[in-house]
Amino acid sequence: MTDTDVAPEYPAVRESRCPFAPAAVIREMTRADTIGKVRIWDGSTPWLISRHADQRALLNDPRISINEKREGYPHMTRGRATGAPHHPDLITNTDPPEHTRLRRTVNGPFMVKRVEALRPRIQETFDGLVDDMLAGPNPANLVEAIGLPVPTLVITQMLGAPYEDHEFFQTNSNKAISHESTAEETAAASRALGEYLAALLRKKIAEPADDVMSEMGGRVEAGEMTFQEAVIMSSAILIAGHETSASMISLGTLALLRDPEQLALLRDNSDDPRFVANAVEELLRYLTIVHSGIRRIANEDIDVRGTTIKAGDGIIFELAGANYDEAEFPDAEKLDLTRPARSHHAFGYGVHQCLGQSLARVELQVAYSTLYRRIPTLALAVPSERIEFAMEGVAYGLRNLPVTW
Amino acid sequence: MRVEFDEPKCVAAGQCAMVAPGVFDQRDEDGVAVVLVAEPGPELADEAQEAAAVCPAAAIRLVEQ
Ligand code: HEM
Ligand code: SF4
Repeated sequence: MTDTDVAPEYPAVRESRCPFAPAAVIREMTRADTIGKVRIWDGSTPWLISRHADQRALLNDPRISINEKREGYPHMTRGRATGAPHHPDLITNTDPPEHTRLRRTVNGPFMVKRVEALRPRIQETFDGLVDDMLAGPNPANLVEAIGLPVPTLVITQMLGAPYEDHEFFQTNSNKAISHESTAEETAAASRALGEYLAALLRKKIAEPADDVMSEMGGRVEAGEMTFQEAVIMSSAILIAGHETSASMISLGTLALLRDPEQLALLRDNSDDPRFVANAVEELLRYLTIVHSGIRRIANEDIDVRGTTIKAGDGIIFELAGANYDEAEFPDAEKLDLTRPARSHHAFGYGVHQCLGQSLARVELQVAYSTLYRRIPTLALAVPSERIEFAMEGVAYGLRNLPVTW
Repeated sequence: MRVEFDEPKCVAAGQCAMVAPGVFDQRDEDGVAVVLVAEPGPELADEAQEAAAVCPAAAIRLVEQ
């Protein structure tokens, strides 16, 4: 498989029969005895690591790097390749020990106990959105009514933006990430958000409150990070936490509506936090929304089951491959809300594992334990083949989800 | 069993505090893990083991005594 002529195209197209599972070629590569290469947009052929055990070993190996400025780094798109040399040092492009230092400066608000403290407000926000949807026209588009607003409202509160501004946030963050926006619209929306966040940070430095922007402002004042770094970090948090949670809410609902038995099980156990927590892990595994692979480069030669990855070679970790690896998750194509699923790689693995994972978990636990309990008659308003997937982004999702009740 | 915690590796993801609240907590200022019980007894052994398994940075090791 090392012959570049036969390296399959990556990302690979999935089968419409099973839109949630990785493409057949990925599953074959996961079963193969040796690792292989794939061909990406620029014609280069990085290694593809898709076994769960290989990912566990390599993603914590100090011989791999996330330094996107190195020649040979397997960029996700042309746009990212062009942008990479101009990025300052961020948690998303540095290795330890610099990564560890940067990550600890932004980690505070994402700690388990701080996120847990937000749960009652997240529940209140979610209940409000369900009330609004039920009071509005039936059928409704769940992506717009619930999926997108949940993360915007939660992050607006966390950052400490005034509630009056949530519509500005909503409109611009949707434009910044929407698959329907033109390049100019995306750029204009990102600029508007950046300017807004810079102004908010200035205000929080002058009058600190109990929120993420004030905390970052404090670090800027203490000389631990620059003003610019704080602005970039806060917009990264906004973008990274928006589309992902929104997709999980909409896709999770679609997956459950297609599987009435599992949906009934979840509804009946909605008041059991342990059951719900595990259901969230299983949906994270089953959907593995980050579907274009996380990217690294080898600093040194590394042997993987008899094959040598050479220093300077690009490496792509296909997270869905690991989450559908039969060696770790038997009968992986089955959604089973009771299986032990916590070892999934939907949030990645290693030091870059998702910063926002505790927040995402609470949002999803609230969403999945509330929506189907409050609307037991929830159903698709169109045949399931008519629902359009949005496959272009780093995370996949749905363009719309028409539901009725 | 004894908990060996490699602090410089910790990225403060808090997985340990979530699955093993009896053994780990997170420091208030930056979320770095804190070992609450260095030698967990049998009642905490399961959660300690789970914490070591989920830690994404492989910062937790358990040594049988
Ligand atoms: C279900 C929702 C989510 C999923 C599936 C997800 C997935 C991921 C994955 C796979 C990575 C690893 C990237 C890599 O190793 O190269 C990551 C990193 C990251 N995520 Fe998430 N994410 C989610 C929600 C969030 C939320 C809610 C936030 C913030 C509010 C967030 C912020 C970040 C940040 C800042 C990083 C970079 C961490 C680093 O490089 O050290 N994510 N996420
Ligand atoms: S799980 Fe590992 S990386 Fe995360 S806080 Fe605990 S020790 Fe640190």
